[in-house]
Amino acid sequence: MKRNEMKIEFDSISDNEAFARVTVAAFMAQMNPSMEEVADVKTAVSEAVTNAIIHGYEGKVHKITITGVIEDALLSLEVADQGVGIRDVKKAMEPLYTSRPELERSGMGFLFMEAFMDEVQVSSRPGEGTIVTMKKMIGQHGE
Amino acid sequence: MSSNTKVQGRQKITDKTLWISVPKELDHHSAEQISQEADGLVRQKDIREIVFDFSDTVFCDSSGIGMLMGRYKMMKALGGNVRAVQAGERVGKILMLSGIMKIIPVEKKQGGMQDEKE
Repeated sequence: MKRNEMKIEFDSISDNEAFARVTVAAFMAQMNPSMEEVADVKTAVSEAVTNAIIHGYEGKVHKITITGVIEDALLSLEVADQGVGIRDVKKAMEPLYTSRPELERSGMGFLFMEAFMDEVQVSSRPGEGTIVTMKKMIGQHGE
Repeated sequence: MSSNTKVQGRQKITDKTLWISVPKELDHHSAEQISQEADGLVRQKDIREIVFDFSDTVFCDSSGIGMLMGRYKMMKALGGNVRAVQAGERVGKILMLSGIMKIIPVEKKQGGMQDEKE
């Protein structure tokens, strides 16, 4: 089995949203992804990192980590913060729900993660942080 | 890299229409700056319509949807409207998925995005 793992840690500032998704895109390049697969993963990473910045850390600067694992054609990503956590994960994942309507959040972050990845799991404890785990099969476009 | 990347905000006002050229990547970072700039101009000038031009945009996430919805609500309250033009394939897909096309007219990039097969 082909296996490869990476981990990055960065400050929770909005400049790093682009850094995070470009880095993950570069990591997955070895999987021979289609352009659409890369765009899908970039969108999902951007959503998870934005959530950590806005909701997890509420705009304060702390660390976000992304762990990426390639196992043959399976890409697994873990986006973790040690922020305020989510009290009701089920509610947070409902389409159009947002805890911060005053910030013009569309409430579509998890919807997009679920639309673009094969699997999305959220584990969170209030006061301890949130881990978003996402998986996607890559390069299965029959070429 | 500077710690506060400035979005190359390009706007122009013709008649009472504010044209905003959306940057290459529309995320939480750039969406906040565009919203602030647009709201400032709407407050200062007599603007009836905002047109978002997506010609250069290759990345968009849900923060872009939040930005469009926010401007739509503001312009609606003022009796104006909002449009999006030149949406490429990726932007079109995101806008489609969000359902925002039901409230904001979206023109696709000519010769770019194929019509949805349904």
